[in-house]
Amino acid sequence: MSKTPSAIKDLTEKEYQYGFVTALDQEVIKKGLSEDVVRLISSKKNEPEFLLNWRLKAYRHWLTMTEPNWSQVKYPKIDYQDIIYYAAPKTKKDGPKSLDEIDPEVRKMFDKLGISLEEQKRLSGVAVDAVVDSVSVATTFKSKLAELGIVFCSFSEAVHSHPDLIKKYLGTVVPYTDNYFVALNSAVFSDGSFCFIPKGVRCPMELSTYFRINAADTGQFERTLIVAEEGSYVSYLEGCTAPRRDKNQLHAAVVELVALDNAEIKYSTVQNWYPGDKEGKGGIYNFVTKRGICRGHKSKISWTQVETGSAITWKYPSVILKGDNSVGEFYSVALTNNYQQADTGTKMIHLGKNTSSTIISKGISAGRGQNTYRGLVQIQKTATNSRNYTQCDSLLIGDRCGAHTFPYIEVKNSGSQVEHEASTSKIGEDQIFYCKSRGLSEEDAVSLIVNGFCKDVFKKLPMEFAVEAQKLLGVSLEGSIG
Amino acid sequence: MDNLILKIENLNVNVADRAILNGLNLEVRSGEVHAIMGPNGSGKSTLASVLAGRDSYTITGGSITYMGQDLTTMAAEDRARNGIFLGFQYPVEIPGVGNTYFLKAALNAIRKHRGEKELDAMEFLKVAKEKMKIVQMDQKLMERAVNQGFSGGEKKRNEIFQMSVLEPRLAILDETDSGLDIDALRIVANGVNSLRSKDRAIVLITHYQRLLDYIVPDHVHVLAGGRIIKSGSRDLASELEKTGYEAVVAGAGR
Repeated sequence: MSKTPSAIKDLTEKEYQYGFVTALDQEVIKKGLSEDVVRLISSKKNEPEFLLNWRLKAYRHWLTMTEPNWSQVKYPKIDYQDIIYYAAPKTKKDGPKSLDEIDPEVRKMFDKLGISLEEQKRLSGVAVDAVVDSVSVATTFKSKLAELGIVFCSFSEAVHSHPDLIKKYLGTVVPYTDNYFVALNSAVFSDGSFCFIPKGVRCPMELSTYFRINAADTGQFERTLIVAEEGSYVSYLEGCTAPRRDKNQLHAAVVELVALDNAEIKYSTVQNWYPGDKEGKGGIYNFVTKRGICRGHKSKISWTQVETGSAITWKYPSVILKGDNSVGEFYSVALTNNYQQADTGTKMIHLGKNTSSTIISKGISAGRGQNTYRGLVQIQKTATNSRNYTQCDSLLIGDRCGAHTFPYIEVKNSGSQVEHEASTSKIGEDQIFYCKSRGLSEEDAVSLIVNGFCKDVFKKLPMEFAVEAQKLLGVSLEGSIG
Repeated sequence: MDNLILKIENLNVNVADRAILNGLNLEVRSGEVHAIMGPNGSGKSTLASVLAGRDSYTITGGSITYMGQDLTTMAAEDRARNGIFLGFQYPVEIPGVGNTYFLKAALNAIRKHRGEKELDAMEFLKVAKEKMKIVQMDQKLMERAVNQGFSGGEKKRNEIFQMSVLEPRLAILDETDSGLDIDALRIVANGVNSLRSKDRAIVLITHYQRLLDYIVPDHVHVLAGGRIIKSGSRDLASELEKTGYEAVVAGAGR
C-alpha cells in the first residue's frame, strides 16, 4: 500500500499483554548441557532406567548432528551452553497432591492469564494441565476423567503411573533421531502432557495444556503424547505465553499422536509466545516437531493451529496415514508482524489405501514479517486411490513483508489424486475504503478482512478457542499498517 | 432555517497534481434528487469519492459544508456515521466476510455513533428482512461473502440494499446504472424511488439519461471540465440525450 492509513498505527503502542513476569520461588540448575545435566534432569524426576537410557542415547546422537539450515528463517547462532535446561517452581515435598496445594503465586499467575485452575470456576467442558517452565503444576478434572479410564496428567507423572504405555509409545512417531531439535528435546525434556483415551471412549470434555515460560534464560522442552485407542475420540487444545524479555528463548517441543482403528484426535493450538518487540528484539524461538500417525483403519488426525506469537516459528505438524481409509487434516493460520518469521506447514505421508488429506494454510504477513508455507504431500506406491487437497493462501499487509510458498508433491502411484490451489493477495486500499464508507473504522476494517481470510480455519477451532483466536489476531496485527 | 444538506462552493480538487475539479458549486436540499451528468473524464466519480472521503484526493480550494459542518476535515467513517452514503460504481469484494455480518457491523457503527442501542443478530435480521423486499434481494446473497461472486446487477442491488438499511441523509450513487440490463435497472431504480423521502437527498451520478427515465430528478446538472456548466430541470437530460454533451459544453462557452 503506497498510502499509510494511520488509524492502525496508533495501536502499535499496545503491548503484548502476557509479557509480565511472576516472582516464583524457583529451582534452577546451572546453565549448560552435558551428559551430567541429562542425568540430573532424569534423577530429579526419579525416572526409571529405560527413560534415562533413552535420554542418553538421544543426547549422544544430538552431539553428532548439526543444526538444520534449510528453512527460510534467519537467526544468530544459538549457544546451547548458555541455556538453562531445567527450571521449576519450588514445591513442598513432592509437588501438590491436590489443586488446593498449588502455590498461590502460581495460581495468581494463571488467573492473570485468564486460565483459572479452580475447577468450579472453569467452564465444565475443559480440563487443563498447566505447565510452568519445565514442569506441570496442576491438572484439573483428573478424577472425573479417570472414571472413564481416560488418563490425562503431566508427562512426569505418567512415567510413574503408566510406565508401560510410555515405554510402548514414546518415540514411536517421532524418533529421537528425527532431527536436531527432536534429539535435543529427547535428551532434556522436562515435562509435558500425556493423554490416553481407552478403547471406545469419547472424551466428554476438551483436554487442554497451557504452557507458560516464566524463568529467564531457560529453554522449554516439553513433550506431549496422546494415544487414542480403537474407536475413541479426543479434542485437545494447547495455548502458550511467555514474559517479555530482550533475550531470545528457545522452545523446542515434541508432540506425538497415535490413533488406532476408527479413533480420532483433534489437536488445536493457539500459539502466542512472546514475539519480540517492534524492532525484533527478543522473542521465543519456537522450533517444534509435531507428528501424528493414523495407525489404524479409518482413523483420523486433525491439526488446527493459529500461530501469532514467537520471533521465529519452525513447525510442520504432520500426519502419517498408515491405516487404510485414514484421514489427515491440517488447518493453519500463521501471522507474522514486525520482524517475526514463520516457516510452517505440514507433511502428509500417505501409506494406506484410500487415504485422504486436506491442507488449508492461511499466511498473513504484515510489518516486516516473513511468512513461509512449506508442505510435503507424499503418496506412496501402496497408497492407491488416495487423495489430497491443498489450499494455500497468503495475505500481505503493507509493502515490506514477504510471503513464500514451497509445496512439495510426490506421487508414486497413478490411481491417486492431488489438487493444489494457491493465492496471494494484498489487503487493498479499496477494501478498506469500502468498509470506512460504511462507517467502520480502519482498525475494524482490517480485522474484518483478515478474519474473513482466516474463516475456513477458525471454523475448525473449538468454539471457545475460535473467539480467543480472533481477538488474538486483532491484537497481533496492531500497527501492521504504517 | 432552510433545509440545505450539502453546499459545495468553488471546489478545486487535484489528483496527483492534476486538477480534476475546478471551481465546482452545488447546493442540495433535503427531499431533493439531483442528477449529475457529464462526459467521461469530466470529474463525476472524483466528486463522488471526494464527498465520501477517499484520501487520494487533494482539495486545493473551496469548501464543502454538510449539515452545517465542514466536511473536508471529516474522516470517511465519520461521514458515513453522520449520514453520508456512497453507492459504488464498482462495489468491492471482501472474501470470507458474510454480507449480513458486514452490514450489521456497519449499521451498529452508525447506531453507536448516534448513541442508539446496537442491534443483536436477531434484531438486525428483522430489519434486514424488511428491507430486502425493496430491491428484491435474494436471501442466498445475504449468506454469501460481501459481493463475492455476485453478478454486476447483484452488486448494484446490494449497494441499494445497504443504503436502505443504513438510511442515510445524503446518498451519492455513482454510476449505479452502469452494467445493468433493463430488468435489473428497473429493480434498482424502484429501490431508489422507494427510498426518496423528505428527510433525504439523493445525488445520482450518471453518464446516460436512461436511468432518469426511471428515477425522475428534481434537478439536472452537467459537469464538464471539473465544474458544473449548466443546471436545469428534468428536461435538460432529454436535451442532452438529443444533442449530446458536446453541444452543451460548446454552448456554455468553453
